Amino acid sequence: MKELQLARTLGWFSIGLGLAELLTPRRISKTIGVKPHPGVLRVMGLREITSGIGILTQKKPTTWVWSRVIGDIMDLGMLGMAFGSSHAQRSRLAIATATVAGVAAVDLLCGKQLSRRYPEKKAKGEQGKIPLHKVITINRPAEELYRFWRNFENLPRVMGHLKSVTATNDKRSHWVAKGPMGHDVEWDAEVTQDVPNKLIAWRSLEGADVDNSGSVRFETATGGRGTVVRVQLSYNPPGGVVGAKVAKVMGQAPEKQIPVDLIRFKQLMETGEIAKTEGQSSGRRKSTSAKFDDLLRA
Amino acid sequence: MKANCWFGKNQMQVVEVPDPKILNPRDAIVRITSTAICGSDLHLYNGFVPTMEKGDIVGHEFMGEVVEVGSGVKNLKVGDRIVVPFPISCGSCHFCTEGMFSLCENSNPNALMAQQMWGHSPCGIYGYSHLTGGYAGGQAEYARVPFADVDHVKIPDNLRDEQVLFLSDIFPTGYMAAENCNIKPGDTVAVWGCGPVGQFAIKSAFLLGAERVIAIDRVPERLRMAQEQGGAEIINYDDLDTYEGLMEMTGGRGPDSCIEAVGMEAHGAPLEYAYDRAKQAMMLETDRPIAFREAIMACRNGGTISVPGVYGGLVDKIPLGALMNKALTIKTGQTHVQKYMGLLLEKIQKGEIDPSFVITHTMSLEDAPKGYELFKHKQDECIKIVLKPQL
Repeated sequence: MKELQLARTLGWFSIGLGLAELLTPRRISKTIGVKPHPGVLRVMGLREITSGIGILTQKKPTTWVWSRVIGDIMDLGMLGMAFGSSHAQRSRLAIATATVAGVAAVDLLCGKQLSRRYPEKKAKGEQGKIPLHKVITINRPAEELYRFWRNFENLPRVMGHLKSVTATNDKRSHWVAKGPMGHDVEWDAEVTQDVPNKLIAWRSLEGADVDNSGSVRFETATGGRGTVVRVQLSYNPPGGVVGAKVAKVMGQAPEKQIPVDLIRFKQLMETGEIAKTEGQSSGRRKSTSAKFDDLLRA
Repeated sequence: MKANCWFGKNQMQVVEVPDPKILNPRDAIVRITSTAICGSDLHLYNGFVPTMEKGDIVGHEFMGEVVEVGSGVKNLKVGDRIVVPFPISCGSCHFCTEGMFSLCENSNPNALMAQQMWGHSPCGIYGYSHLTGGYAGGQAEYARVPFADVDHVKIPDNLRDEQVLFLSDIFPTGYMAAENCNIKPGDTVAVWGCGPVGQFAIKSAFLLGAERVIAIDRVPERLRMAQEQGGAEIINYDDLDTYEGLMEMTGGRGPDSCIEAVGMEAHGAPLEYAYDRAKQAMMLETDRPIAFREAIMACRNGGTISVPGVYGGLVDKIPLGALMNKALTIKTGQTHVQKYMGLLLEKIQKGEIDPSFVITHTMSLEDAPKGYELFKHKQDECIKIVLKPQL
């Protein structure tokens, strides 16, 4: 845990230096040999204090130690600029620059150690696959919900991004979905598990445009208050992780679509229809609701 | 058809829009005969409700004649005269089946938007921002009523529009506020705000067995109505400190229950008002909970605070210490109108109450924008405006 101790020391150092810059900017200016700029020094002081508090309050202060490294680079840059000023006392400036460079080296070392100790979490799940899990409670018996879902051809009624699903036999089906940039994506899928009224799992077959798998579970809710529906999906987005990010920004990512689809599934099962306002009257051409809707299901 | 639409802060305009259509099997279309401006519409008018869009048709208190029904509506026919409750409710989700209609899980198409702001979404509401569904409202010649098989109460011919129109919102809202007080014989109920909901809360508190009702406001004609129509004792907070007044009138113990029928745009003591108004202007809080704070401080130990007043976002300086140490109960929510409509219609038919007493102005739909101005500034002793598309 040496790196954590070092980080704490740096945290306290940040706060100390920050307070000095904030409270006595003129004296600091004199010490490092530059023309007094109390405003600039106070801002730098605040930055130091923020980094310090960040380091001391986080269990894994990696990011905040790196924020010190960035701060050091800014400081060195400004000191470099100060050498060009006619007011500078070069000998004092040189000492200050050497000191900052020394501290920067320690910061860099500490940051590297912390990053090694606490590596950033990569995408969970299988290699490159994006996992999704959503849950909703529906006030209908599990049998009914299972029956609707097991006939995959029903799904486009509630899932806005699906164009069609065609069952080829009891286990296999062909899916067509709206993909990014107006291109359709298609795949064949196969049911891998089927426990009546409890569980359906499926997986795309060789040659799918989007390699994906999923499952839906139906459990009776506590106190018999409806059925808890748990949907799990994972998919290899076209265009990899970058493609997934783009889709997310465009509002086409399954992360955004699945919650809407589940709400629509619930509405259809409980009320026999899907609540909508598209097509209603208003004193304008297109409503916010319709825009919101488009964004989610484009 | 003509409809009153929101076009920005302080801007309502009656414009020509397309007639509504049946969009879902359980829809119906009504030709509106009477519609009202609600105090909560003023929050839209004053620009305090987010996610309004220019051109939104407003209004959530309306009634009329059924002119078209969807294929899924079996209990309504063309020509039926109905009042439409302001919450849009499916009748079949968990909350609807439990009688909590305003918490319907299926009627808000923008539920995810509301979820982000409030954790969970309430029901859809007519003409009340896109956060609650963006449904077209009822200050118009016609309106589309989703889930019409559940969301209506049929009105017999012997009752006038004015007697039953307020079953859509303010009468049930005042009634539920009083019911939430869990009134026992001998109880004293204090009511903050003598607008229409406050007036119905006063009447309802007596209907539910309160011995005394104390009404708090500063608008003379509203206090007069509370006194003369409602039989309440009154405190004008311009003349008398509300807390001091209530203690004086209740022997120092405080009212057993407090109904806060004011909400997010409260007024109060000048200094406190200035504090909240400034924070609101700087977007440091969205709502001004002045009446709510007063209710917490004045309520007797172990008492109940019922809040029909509308809030939207975040507030500041709530005396949670008082709330906890005084063992208070808070009850609130949008009204479960569908639960009360039948019961209250019966009371009207029996002559126990005539809700038309709150109406001070009747205007044509065309004059709606003028009505908003009048109501907002409480000009001409305005308390409640009814709009008639046929005038």
